[in-house]
Amino acid sequence: MITFRLAWRNLIGAGLRTWLNAIVLSFAFVVIIWHRGFLDGWQEEARVDTIAWEIGGGQFWHPNYDPFDPFTLEDSHRALSDELLNYVAEGKITPVLISQATIYPNGRMQSVVLKGIPAEQQILNLPTNYLSETGTHIPVIIGTRMASSAKVKKGDVFSIRWRDANGTFDAANAKIVSIFKTNVGAVDQGQLWLPLSQLQNMMRLPDEASLLVVSPEIGEQPQSNEWQFQSVDELLKEIDTIIKQKKVGGSILYIILLAMAMLAIFDTQVLSIFRRQKEIGTHIALGMTRGQVVRLFTVEGAMHGIFAAALAAAYGIPLLTLQAKHGFAMPAGTDDYGITIAERIFPAYSFGLVLGTTAVVLITATIVSFIPARKIAKLQPTEALKGKIQ
Amino acid sequence: MHNSTIINITNLVKRFPIGGGQFTALDDINLTFEKGEFTGVIGPSGSGKTTLLNIIGSLDTPSEGDAIVLGQSIAQLSQKQAANLRNHNLGFIFQTYNLLPVYSTFENVEYPLLLLKMPVNERKKAVMEALDWVGLTDKTNSKPAQLSGGECQRVAIARAMVKHPKIVLADEPTANLDAENSHHILQTMENLNQELQTTFIFSTHDDKVIKYLRRQIKLDDGKVASDNLIEEGVVQ
Ligand SMILES: Nc1ncnc2c1ncn2[C@@H]1O[C@H](COP(=O)(O)OP(=O)(O)O)[C@@H](O)[C@H]1O
Ligand SMILES: [Mg+2]
Repeated sequence: MITFRLAWRNLIGAGLRTWLNAIVLSFAFVVIIWHRGFLDGWQEEARVDTIAWEIGGGQFWHPNYDPFDPFTLEDSHRALSDELLNYVAEGKITPVLISQATIYPNGRMQSVVLKGIPAEQQILNLPTNYLSETGTHIPVIIGTRMASSAKVKKGDVFSIRWRDANGTFDAANAKIVSIFKTNVGAVDQGQLWLPLSQLQNMMRLPDEASLLVVSPEIGEQPQSNEWQFQSVDELLKEIDTIIKQKKVGGSILYIILLAMAMLAIFDTQVLSIFRRQKEIGTHIALGMTRGQVVRLFTVEGAMHGIFAAALAAAYGIPLLTLQAKHGFAMPAGTDDYGITIAERIFPAYSFGLVLGTTAVVLITATIVSFIPARKIAKLQPTEALKGKIQ
Repeated sequence: MHNSTIINITNLVKRFPIGGGQFTALDDINLTFEKGEFTGVIGPSGSGKTTLLNIIGSLDTPSEGDAIVLGQSIAQLSQKQAANLRNHNLGFIFQTYNLLPVYSTFENVEYPLLLLKMPVNERKKAVMEALDWVGLTDKTNSKPAQLSGGECQRVAIARAMVKHPKIVLADEPTANLDAENSHHILQTMENLNQELQTTFIFSTHDDKVIKYLRRQIKLDDGKVASDNLIEEGVVQ
């Protein structure tokens, strides 16, 4: 107790220097929490969006299907068993058939992926209800990224040329019936969504699918060795990995910021132990052990961490709360990076994040305070009392 | 050894390593101190006064011989035991006051009691009493920087006395004070010595201090040159 009182007094007494240290450290504090919270918020939103738009409660893949190798598409489709068809009828599974094609919007040529999906599906947020539109052209829905890369808009008609399962080329006209906006580039870039039955006809693959999206509320899951189940976590691995990498990258920033703050504390400690030798001797003469004096100076240095935390709370909490409420607008164009990222990220500051950061700051502040203070243990009290510099 | 002997120094030698060799700062000192003494160790600069007080104060250890202070062998005390001895029984007064600059007068005097873990009410009473002894009850909230040298030294006396130590060691307490302040603090210490039977040991070469001493131990080159009891201002 006395140690804390004395340390507190000394710090307050040191004035400007203490506050400079605390300000630098509090800055590190806020930046770390903000950056972490930003990444956590991004990750959380990305997970939610990806589940809602792309992966549902997991997917069953045809064993040959590889989303990164379009050449596997030809060999990765099969018909659904009666059991699975029942699930589809109950709305617990939605089949998706995938193939390649070429489109010719405004006379230009662009290769695309065709994805057939039942118009009545409810599992994914894709506005597939537009696909029930009937007419002379194949109804397709596309995302905004696809729309801008193909330079097409709602109502545009263009021809599609594809090769069916027998290797025969065919062509037809498609009409854009809706353009949707999503944070999930994986259901947007380079692809057209069209009614499943229509794609099955085009490909001459009646009743077949490449993958099955499972509803998050499916309950009991079908067992099948004809399809490989991909859990939500496996499907989110990519975004999780990217964010983990960002966190590692961020750690370098944190280390630099913390190192700067800690260097300032370390320097203050060294200076104060050098300048206050007589005071150290006095403490010992008044009955402190050298160990107690080491503790006193360690607590004094470590208290910079507590001051910084208080300071960080004073300006950080309003700032970060504001940001969590209004979100952080991402610069235009980030949605084309191919990773799922919202236009506006709402940072998520967890209790664990704040507690963890505080612990790291306090522990490092204690360590850098202790290292120079250790010297006191070797100091001769008589020498200290002389106070080499007065 | 007398019943009321509180310090017994036998064949005390203190050497300091200097350069390649050794410097003998105290050379075969034999002294005893009784309870309630008001004694000065007198000698020119470099004669070993501070070294002797430091050893009695358990801030330093003998090279040879021993000092038994309140029954404890300074040569054999652990660091913790020495701290404990100082904490409970020894008061220090320094030439440069050595007040804690960030603490007020009250807090400086309170500090040794905090180390002793004295309960708060008792503590407040003791601090006010000590400040009363030195006549500083009106400066309780002042910081050392706001006090004169004489006032600082009075705070230091209150700090040394507040725990009612058996021995007070005062190393050239008047060296930085003018005549008036010197007399003032010596009178204060003399009163406390009479009132509380505290043993005072000074180191000094200041005539103003020497006048007050009831025993004068002269040191010369680390040796005791003379040891005289004084009767009311007359050298025996
Ligand atoms: N730590 C030390 N190392 C070397 N020499 C010392 C040390 N402390 C004191 N001395 C020497 O011992 C002698 C006595 O010192 P000191 O007790 O401080 O004298 P005084 O207090 O009478 O002026 C001096 O010559 C001083 O230089
Ligand atoms: Mg001296």
